[in-house]
Amino acid sequence: MKHSARIIPIYAADTSGVCSALYELGGMTVVHDASGCNSTYTTHDEPRWYDIDSMVYISALTETEAIMGDDAKLVSDITETASKLSPKFIALCGAPVAMMIGTDYQALAIEIEENTGIPSFCIQTNGMHSYLKGASEAFEAIINRFCKEDNMPQKKDSVNILGATPLDFSVNGSIKSIKQWLYTEGFSTVSCMGMGSSLEDIKNAAGASVNLVISYSGLSAAKLLKKRFGTPYVTGVPFGQKFAGVLADKLRTASKNKENLFPSSERFTNGSNLSIVGESIYSGSLARAIELEYGKTARVLCPLETSTELQAESDGEIPDEESAEKELALASGIIADPLYKPICPNDVPFYRLPHEAFSGRCYRSEIPNMIKESLKATVFRDI
Amino acid sequence: MLKSLKTINETKAPEISIAKAAFPEPFITGLEYNAPARGTWNIVHTGMLIPESHQIFICAQGCLRGVILTAAEMNAMDRMSWVSICENDFLDASLEDDIVNGTTEILNKMETLPPVVLVFLSCVHLFACCDFAITLKELEKRFPTVDFIESYMTPTMRKSGLTPDALMRKQLYSPLKPVPKNSKSINIIGNDRPTDQSGRLITMIKKSSFVIKDITNCKSYKAFLNMAESAVNITYLPTTYAAGEELERRLGQRHLHIPLSYSYHEITENFKRLSVELDMKIPDFSEDIRKAEKALEAAHTEIGNLPITIDYTATPRPISLARLLTEHSFRVEKIYSEAFVATEEEDFIWLKEHAPNILLASTVHPEKRFLKKEIPERKVLAIGQKAAYFNNTPYFVNIVSGGGLYGFSGIIRLAEMMIEASLKPKKTKELISYKGLGCESCL
Repeated sequence: MKHSARIIPIYAADTSGVCSALYELGGMTVVHDASGCNSTYTTHDEPRWYDIDSMVYISALTETEAIMGDDAKLVSDITETASKLSPKFIALCGAPVAMMIGTDYQALAIEIEENTGIPSFCIQTNGMHSYLKGASEAFEAIINRFCKEDNMPQKKDSVNILGATPLDFSVNGSIKSIKQWLYTEGFSTVSCMGMGSSLEDIKNAAGASVNLVISYSGLSAAKLLKKRFGTPYVTGVPFGQKFAGVLADKLRTASKNKENLFPSSERFTNGSNLSIVGESIYSGSLARAIELEYGKTARVLCPLETSTELQAESDGEIPDEESAEKELALASGIIADPLYKPICPNDVPFYRLPHEAFSGRCYRSEIPNMIKESLKATVFRDI
Repeated sequence: MLKSLKTINETKAPEISIAKAAFPEPFITGLEYNAPARGTWNIVHTGMLIPESHQIFICAQGCLRGVILTAAEMNAMDRMSWVSICENDFLDASLEDDIVNGTTEILNKMETLPPVVLVFLSCVHLFACCDFAITLKELEKRFPTVDFIESYMTPTMRKSGLTPDALMRKQLYSPLKPVPKNSKSINIIGNDRPTDQSGRLITMIKKSSFVIKDITNCKSYKAFLNMAESAVNITYLPTTYAAGEELERRLGQRHLHIPLSYSYHEITENFKRLSVELDMKIPDFSEDIRKAEKALEAAHTEIGNLPITIDYTATPRPISLARLLTEHSFRVEKIYSEAFVATEEEDFIWLKEHAPNILLASTVHPEKRFLKKEIPERKVLAIGQKAAYFNNTPYFVNIVSGGGLYGFSGIIRLAEMMIEASLKPKKTKELISYKGLGCESCL
């Protein structure tokens, strides 16, 4: 085990990713856990918790129930609550102790569905992975369960937005701005999975002509939609005026040619010492936007799950504090969450870009909406 | 005529009248909701009370996240480190090595070694039968200048023996070592915040030339360790009792538990026990009682028939408080708590008879997610953050864990706070979002 940190925090966990992805869909999400997952999620990882009701609960697992393997209580509690609250679906996931006792979530979901008649499924979490994994699998589960199978015609220039959760985009209007940008570029939005769409919208996801993947948590959903309906996908967040234009063109191309495109990682990387720390599509898009707007190259240092198609040649992975500190020591400028500052060189310019999945609500009010806006005018004047 | 509490069963409903409620746990637990009231302290806040201390949490990512960000919000990330656990750690029998090596790696990176490190293990360590003792022994060998505190974040065990909160307060004082006793030194043990300095508890002790030590006032680790010299430890919150007992057993410090109460009789008896223990003259409490009566009367004049709700985060004795207020003609409408401490039983029975319509309400019942919006807009005075949230009211007394109030002076101050709260609305959403009321916050 090498994963330790002296001074930086840890990213939101898989259970939070599940809850966040499913939050607005009218279902009931139950985390099989004693206590911590719920309070952590609702305090630090879910900015919608106070104002928007959602059925996210924990099972309140106790020592005795864990030792006795008392799955019957869990099934009974979920069945009873569902019968009163009538959720549109029931999603079950779990924390470390539930994993240790070998909880068979799939069997439980089947039993719960038999009891309630409500579509039920599980997401295999254990609190030991990042929110991206949890959200990815939650989006996949929703698509598998609810997207219509019949031959739905794909509407020209229509888009699903995949990978939207407040963990990457906070609640600062970015998602609304993305939808607005799509509209002004002549696209219609079929669904935005995670934020701003209902389960009914998602059921029609097969009707989109192209999918826009705005974070890694939407990538596996995009692949699934490609496999099931042939829908191509494009990775990127329309940061900055120039990259927004590029991204719109890529969407049109992908839609027309039925090919997947990765503009967030199509970057010149030679000699780039400006480092951006964060989720790969978000940060890659920012790097590309900086390249187009400032004429400077930037590399992405990704501390989270990613894949090769999302990385440019000089990008790096920083899975722990030690590797992050080494890579950041080479940078001539750093764009990162403020809680990375203690491991950054003091003599290198540091540009604060808070990330909800990392610093939670600490700097929420500072998280910028960079959609289609000039970065020079709004966020980074002097990179 | 009173009925035996043993014959009453718990309910699955989110609320129940006290007349029909079981004691000490009125509700059957099931799935749980988490209300967004964050003022109560958690184990990180409590651990930070030890001056110059550093905390290292060893657990899964999901468990780490909340405690790490607690420190981040306190602007105290320089006092917090972590080691994460993954699936493989259970398969290769390396849990103990991982604790030792992870902690060693972190401490070796520090420019200066802290004098004390709280090492926190989690539920999975207990289930995997991790040998905590052997890991601490090895760490002590590697870092002989550091005191290591065996600490736990084990919510799975919250209904097995000591609660995690009580266990934390017990472990907090484990670095104290046996030293010669100073008969004129007294500790207040286990509290998050200083006890009201102008109250009878503090003034009567100080008047008899005793020095009072309290972790909340310690400015250095050395000052904290000096608490070991005190001859007597006073505790008054339920979660601090185990700490007092442990220190008596281990250091020979006499433990005097004088439970926080809102009963004149119980308060008087507590002060009498304190006087006997410290060989002080038992004071005449009639003036204290007169002042408390006057304060409550003034509060009632202002508050009148306004509905009052109380929650367990404000005070560990909400039933005792409800009885006091009911006896003084206040309109207590609802008490929010999942369970009550044993010392509440007598007042619980009294309320069953004299105020049977008071509702007991769960704070975690799944339906509570939606009940908030069903409450009609009306003025309600809440005592505690959860009561404020569930009643959607800006009129609330913002205290947790008794607020450092104790005895007659505590009642007087609480009455004043109730008046203030009923007159001046607060920004509820903002105030209850801060973690650890009274702690520094970056929000």
